[in-house]
Amino acid sequence: MNISFLIKTALLDARTQWGKLVLFIASIILGISALVAINSFNDNIVADIDNQSASLLGADLVVTGNKAIPVDLATMLDSLPGERATEHELLSMAYIPKNDGSQFVRLKAIEGAFPFYGEFLTTPASANETFRKTNGLLVDDGFLKQFKLTAGDSIKLGTQILPIAGSLDNNPGGAGIGSGFAPTIYLSLETLKSTDLMQAGSMIDYAYFHQVNEALDVDEWKSQRRRTFSNESMRIRTINDQRENLEEAFNALNTFLNLVALVSLLLGCIGVASSVFIYIKNKVNSIAVYRCLGMKANQAFFIYFLQIMIIGMLGSMVGAALGSFIQVVLPKVFSDLLPFAIETTIAWPSIFQGLTLGFVITSLFAMIPLLGIRKISPLRTIRSNVEEGAPTRDPLIYMVYGLIVISLFLYLFSITGSLLDSAIFIIGLLVAFFVLYLFSKLLIWAIRKYFPRNWSFVFRQGLSNLYRPNNQTQILLVTLGLGTAILSTLFIVQGLILENVASFDEGEQPNTILFGIETNQIEDLKQKTREFDMPVVEEVPIVTMRIAGWQGRTKSEWLADTTRTARRWAINREIRVTYRDTIDDSEKLIAGNFVGSVNPGDSIFISLDEGYAENLDVEIGDEIEFNVQGMLVKTYVSSLREIDFTSMRTRFFIVFPLGVLEQAPQFQVLVTKSPSEDVLNAYRSDVVKTFPNVSVVDLSSILKTLNDILSKISYAVQFMAGFSILTGIIVLLSSLLLSKFQRVKESVLLRTLGASRAQILKIYATEYAIIGILSAATGIILSLVASWLLVTFQLDLEFRIQYLPLILVFFFIVSLTVLTGLWMTKDVVQKSPLETLRKDV
Amino acid sequence: MDEPVDVVKVDQLSKVYSGHGKELTVLKEINFSVKAGESVSIIGPSGSGKTTLLGLCAGLDAPSSGSVSLFNQDISKLNEDQRAVLRNDKVGFIFQNFQLIPTLTAIENISIPMELKGLKNIKSTAMSLLDRVGLSDRAKHYPNQLSGGEQQRISLARAFSNNPKLLFADEPTGNLDGDTGAKVEDLLFDLNRENGTTLIIVTHDLELATKTQRRIRLKNGEIVEDSRV
Ligand SMILES: Nc1ncnc2c1ncn2[C@@H]1O[C@H](COP(=O)(O)OP(=O)(O)OP(=O)(O)O)[C@@H](O)[C@H]1O
Ligand SMILES: [Mg+2]
Repeated sequence: MNISFLIKTALLDARTQWGKLVLFIASIILGISALVAINSFNDNIVADIDNQSASLLGADLVVTGNKAIPVDLATMLDSLPGERATEHELLSMAYIPKNDGSQFVRLKAIEGAFPFYGEFLTTPASANETFRKTNGLLVDDGFLKQFKLTAGDSIKLGTQILPIAGSLDNNPGGAGIGSGFAPTIYLSLETLKSTDLMQAGSMIDYAYFHQVNEALDVDEWKSQRRRTFSNESMRIRTINDQRENLEEAFNALNTFLNLVALVSLLLGCIGVASSVFIYIKNKVNSIAVYRCLGMKANQAFFIYFLQIMIIGMLGSMVGAALGSFIQVVLPKVFSDLLPFAIETTIAWPSIFQGLTLGFVITSLFAMIPLLGIRKISPLRTIRSNVEEGAPTRDPLIYMVYGLIVISLFLYLFSITGSLLDSAIFIIGLLVAFFVLYLFSKLLIWAIRKYFPRNWSFVFRQGLSNLYRPNNQTQILLVTLGLGTAILSTLFIVQGLILENVASFDEGEQPNTILFGIETNQIEDLKQKTREFDMPVVEEVPIVTMRIAGWQGRTKSEWLADTTRTARRWAINREIRVTYRDTIDDSEKLIAGNFVGSVNPGDSIFISLDEGYAENLDVEIGDEIEFNVQGMLVKTYVSSLREIDFTSMRTRFFIVFPLGVLEQAPQFQVLVTKSPSEDVLNAYRSDVVKTFPNVSVVDLSSILKTLNDILSKISYAVQFMAGFSILTGIIVLLSSLLLSKFQRVKESVLLRTLGASRAQILKIYATEYAIIGILSAATGIILSLVASWLLVTFQLDLEFRIQYLPLILVFFFIVSLTVLTGLWMTKDVVQKSPLETLRKDV
Repeated sequence: MDEPVDVVKVDQLSKVYSGHGKELTVLKEINFSVKAGESVSIIGPSGSGKTTLLGLCAGLDAPSSGSVSLFNQDISKLNEDQRAVLRNDKVGFIFQNFQLIPTLTAIENISIPMELKGLKNIKSTAMSLLDRVGLSDRAKHYPNQLSGGEQQRISLARAFSNNPKLLFADEPTGNLDGDTGAKVEDLLFDLNRENGTTLIIVTHDLELATKTQRRIRLKNGEIVEDSRV
């Protein structure tokens, strides 16, 4: 017998059978399309990060800080060749006279030709020039839409009413998802100065942009001066930093997406194995006849191997094509989460990679049932065997299992880059597999042992179907259980993340914060607040200062010490300090004594946040010297506090006692609670009109934005999980179909013997309900373990179970199983019994 | 016995299979009726339509035209569930190819009609039936662990298990050696004699055919002989 004969036989044999391979093809297509789509998407993200880092930064090098650059550093910067530009950024209230609205905004005053890379897309196009040369404002398009404003309308900033020059339609500088809190308004520095918003106490962020000619290595330049700048709390960023930041930010997303792809692929593989298994099972008799007529075992294997490979190849290609198409959709799903628009191009390497990998893994899975062909004996033509299906003692099978584990491991390693993570995932998967397998064994054993002999016939029949020859209890429990576990892990983790955020919103928390208040305005503001029937929950003075020394050493000596354990940022940062004589109820004293007030001339005792003290590595009794706006103040640490970060209060790393800072330059923060949005709007407009320098921040709208972002994330997560669910359903179908033909015949026989339709339905409903209930329950238990591990060790969240999604998942899986099981019996009523009975011989 | 009624009445029954563009008429306007307690054999060459006729009579298939009445009820007017109940109550069927449920043991196969009826003492009845067909030591065997003749006898026992008023048997002795075949025949005719069960037997075995009260010969889908002994 030669090859061409075998190929011919393979094609002839498959001729009438394509329909039976639908599930096989569907499994391959879904698995590979998920893989290709996600791989391509990731490739495009990486490519775009490379392309876009320059325009996201807008310059080759940026120096930022929350104060104007000191002269010596400025001289250093000036020595850089090329173009430069500056930006002053501050948060403020904007008042909209047209509809008496107000909004918390981010003002960015530009001087120079920023951005050097990328550009502002504006409507009208000329607005990009106008806002630099006139007092016109370039305003975020979302903000304009929200307040129904157009170019020509005006906005009041500080003391000035300014015209809108146009809308800004893109996101230069990658404002990203945070921009929802405070929409951006670009304006010229002259214009900003005219508003009187730049005052001594106002918090301004400064940025100095440089476009350097190409000969100079800015990263080299940076590494030499980084220290000098950071000692002055100035930070240098280059395009490379930007790229690394972005890559890091996307790493988590990438890993998540890759795991989803892997899970879809795995489920697809189970689908492949079980659908090939069905196919081969239907072929057993033909194969036995071929063998009777003198075909060798390996030749028989080759015939079906060839069929499966050809179809597998075709399916893989369709999958790759579909995946490339889905890849075009993905950026839309994620668009709200990405700081830039992803360009979708056909990523040939990913397609190729997905195709090869998918094909290799699915082929390996298909091999498991295919190898069984070699053991089919010609004796079958005379008498069918009791033990049907793939023999397990074939060493080649174990080799295939080994290859599957190795290739999965290699793939995991290639996407996570961590041997440990890959090993953990594989082991977790194997454990889940094993648990489900053992559980199904146990179940079968238990049913046999404790069979309820006095139940009604239909229930006993349904129950005993679980352990009868050719039962599908094990394959169904494993595939369904695994699918359920994945699905509910997703739900649990997502729910926990959402819950952790939502817990901010509870109770009688204050919801409005006013800041930037000057000391002489505070009484009037309190008065106004009471007029609106709103309580003054907190009234906090804030003094900014820096650390000047510790334990008798100056700050520079401290920083220069090579044995220093304190963190550089903790020493260098500008600290916002308050003073009061009590501990807040959102705080807890955990060490030392809190000193409420001191007399002039006495030693000054301060209280530190526990975490901040740890970063500074100071202890109770240590001496710290502060530079309070030019004046040196020596203090001693007398207590440590723990702050509850979920409470809606102002929180301070350092609290001074009364009697020290009262005369220092300071501004005030006022915390209040508005009963409704309408009251808040009226209050805000009123405050903004009277006190243009005061900012009113609505915390509940921030929470809303945060929840928006989270719901977008969970939408994206669910979209991806959809892949897994879809493949899971295919697997479910193919494993149920595994014995469909046998089941249909059985039911027809039962009918010829007088069973009513209802009785047959009850038998199968019992069987599939038990399978569905048990696999869903086991899957959910597994997912609880998995998500507990994930939540505790990866996400650092408190683990709590939300029951509703789990109940939903449970009922979804159970009803899906039962309905699919019942759907199979539909042939029983449609076809005449005699026709079905004739079929098998 | 009362005035014998028509247990089976076949009226102008035709069956046409269509497929691959051709029509194949398997049964042509068949008419006959069988009285209660009668034993009838249907004979004819292979492919003449015997199994088809039996299947139509038992309501396992739908006729192309004409009608079948069982116990004075036109079965085409019953829905599938009502037909199932009728079969369970009054009709037994022995298939040419046995049709045991492969996932059930011998004794479980025999028990099904009684289980469906909701009878008591199923197990002992099933065991005594198994004994009658000489297979009491095979109770826990699955069909594929039994020889063809043994499967045939199990299917016989199953057909008896609900005490049918009407029994259709498609080649009940086809796979059996002389001795066993004779035993099976005895069982069938005992049932006919003791319970008044109406027997309709399809067979190639002319010797068996002579033992029935009536013989119907089929050829090319038509009745060519209908004779009483
Ligand atoms: N589903 C079908 N489609 C087309 N033709 C069919 C179908 N089922 C049966 N036939 C044909 O109907 C004819 C009668 O078949 P039947 O099984 O009734 O024969 P039989 O008399 O029982 O033969 P045997 O003695 O071999 O069992 C045969 O020629 C067969 O090929
Ligand atoms: Mg026949």
